[in-house]
Amino acid sequence: MEKLKEYSLTARKQILKMKCISKSSHIGSAFSVIDILIYLYFRKANISDENISDIYRDKIILSKGHASAALYTTLWLKGFITDEQINNYYCDNGALPGHVDKTVSKALDLSSGSLGHGLSVAAGMGLSFKMNKLNHKIYIILGDGELNEGSIWEAAMFISSKNLDNVVIIIDSNKLQGYDLTENILEYEKMKKMWLALKFEVKEINGNSFEDLEKGLSNLSGKPEVIIANTIKGKGIKDIENKLEWHYKSPNENEYKIWLKELEDKNENNIY
Amino acid sequence: MRTTFINSLIELAENDKNLILLTADMGFGVFERFKEKYPNQYYNVGIAEQNLIGVAAGLAMTGKKVYVYSIIPFLTMRAYEQIRIDICYHNLDIKLIGVGGGLAYGPAGATHHSIEDLGIMRVLPNMKVFAPGDPIEAKEIFLKTYSNSYPCYIRLSKNNEPIINEKKEIFLGKANPIVIGEDIALLTCGNMLELSKKIVDITLKDHSKKISLYSFHTIKPIDEEKIKEIINKYTKVLILEEHNVYGGLYSAFMEVVGRNIDGIKTKSILPFGIKDTFSHYVGSQDFIRECYGLTRKKIIKEIVSNR
Repeated sequence: MEKLKEYSLTARKQILKMKCISKSSHIGSAFSVIDILIYLYFRKANISDENISDIYRDKIILSKGHASAALYTTLWLKGFITDEQINNYYCDNGALPGHVDKTVSKALDLSSGSLGHGLSVAAGMGLSFKMNKLNHKIYIILGDGELNEGSIWEAAMFISSKNLDNVVIIIDSNKLQGYDLTENILEYEKMKKMWLALKFEVKEINGNSFEDLEKGLSNLSGKPEVIIANTIKGKGIKDIENKLEWHYKSPNENEYKIWLKELEDKNENNIY
Repeated sequence: MRTTFINSLIELAENDKNLILLTADMGFGVFERFKEKYPNQYYNVGIAEQNLIGVAAGLAMTGKKVYVYSIIPFLTMRAYEQIRIDICYHNLDIKLIGVGGGLAYGPAGATHHSIEDLGIMRVLPNMKVFAPGDPIEAKEIFLKTYSNSYPCYIRLSKNNEPIINEKKEIFLGKANPIVIGEDIALLTCGNMLELSKKIVDITLKDHSKKISLYSFHTIKPIDEEKIKEIINKYTKVLILEEHNVYGGLYSAFMEVVGRNIDGIKTKSILPFGIKDTFSHYVGSQDFIRECYGLTRKKIIKEIVSNR
C-alpha cells in the first residue's frame, strides 16, 4: 500500500506537469481517477510484460477517456509507456493524444473519448471470455457523468441478463460533470438505484483510498458488480478540489510551482 | 439475399467455432436454422443497437469473428458513432449485414428506407462497402470477405432476388461486367441490378442498341481502373442506384472522374437515384421507384435520346 501511495503522489506531480505544459483540460478528472488506475494496474489486474500482447488476459478500460493523462501516467509508472511518450502529450508531433488511443501501447485495451462506449465493449469481452471458459476479468471505469449516456443502460441490461460477473464496473464518482454537479443534472442518487433494480451487486467505497479499493475489489460477489468509488475531483490540490472550472482549466506556470510544492510537501501519509 | 446470407454463414460456422452472429432482435424466419445448429454462436442483444455494436467490438477484440445483422437504418444510423469508433477506429474484423437496401421496405415508410447508408459507411476510414446485386454476388461477397479481417458493410436487399449473373465468380473491388455493348454504359449496384438487366435486354430488343451493364457490387474500395476505362470508352454513362444521388455510387464514380477528366470520351454521366428527399409515398418498392422516375420507360427514353 505504501508503494501505491508513492506512485499516486508521483503520478499527480507528473499529471500536473503534463497539464501545465500542454495547456489541456481535465486535470480534475485525472486526479479523481488516478488512485483507481494505480490500484488496478499495480495490485489487481494481471497485466504484465509476459502477457501484454495476449488478447486473452485481464483488461482495463477507461471509458471516461478524457482522464487519459491519469491512464498514460499509470502506464508510464508501470513501464508500458516510455519517457519520450509521456513527455509528448497533447502537442504537435506528439505521442499521446488528449483522449485514449489504443495504438499507443499494448497495455491499452480500448480507445476512448466519446462517453458511453466502454461498457458495451467490456460486455463483449466478458461474453467472449465466458464462451472460452476463461477466468480473466474486465475492469471498466465509468464516470458518474457518463451514466447520462443511454448506451450505458443498454449495456447494463445486457450484462445483467447474461450474468457477466467477469465485468467489474467501477464508477469514478467525483460528483461533477462538464457544466454542473452531477446531482443537479439528472439526479445521480436515483441513478444508483437503477443498478440495484438491474440486480447488480452495488458497493460504495472511497475511491481515493487504496485500503477502500482493496476492500471493494476483494471478494467479488459472483454477480455483476458495480463499485461506486466516491472520489474528489482534483483530489490532492486544495485549490482545484471540487471546483467545476477545473474540468476545463489548465494550470499556468505560477500555479504549477505552487501546487507542485503543495504535492512535494505531502508524503504518502498526509495526502489522504 | 437473406437466405443466401444465412446459408453461407451456416456453411462458414461449420468450421469456425469463433464465428458469432449477433442481432438486435431481427431475423425472424431467417436465423432459426443457425440458432438450432450453433446455439452458442448466436446472440440476440435486444432492441439496443448501440450495445449491439459495442458488444461486437468486445467480441472481435478477443478473438471472435462477428457478423452483425439488422435492418439498415437501425444498424448503420442508430449506432453510427459506435461503428465509427468501436469498429473502424479499432479496425476490427466485424461484418455488418444490413437488410432492406434502398426502398426494399417500401410500404413500411421512410423510417425503414435506406438511401443514405452507402454514403455514411463509405466515409468511415477502414470500412469496406459492398452492395451485391443478386444472390451470386451476395454469396461471393460473404465467402470472400470472410477471409479478410477488415470491417465490412454489406448492403442486402430482402429475399428472392433473381439470379442475374451467368458466371459464378466475382472479385472484391472489381466491377462486374454483366453485358458488354457499345457507346452507352449502365452502371448499377445492389438491388437495381435486376431492373438494369431488363433495361439492357429491352434496349437491345426494341431499339437494336447494345449497351453495357456493370454491377459495382463493391462501392469501397471503388474500382478506379474500371471507371477510367469506362470514361474512355463510352459517350454516355447512366448510374442507377436505390440511394440518395448524394454519397452513393454516383458520388464514388464522380470522385474518380474528377481526378481523371482530361481528354475523356464520356460526354454525360447521369444519376438515377433518389434526389435528396424523404419518401412520403405509400406503396411497394416498385411503386415508389415509379414516383421517383426510376422506371424502365424513363431510363430507356434517356438511353435512346441523343443528348
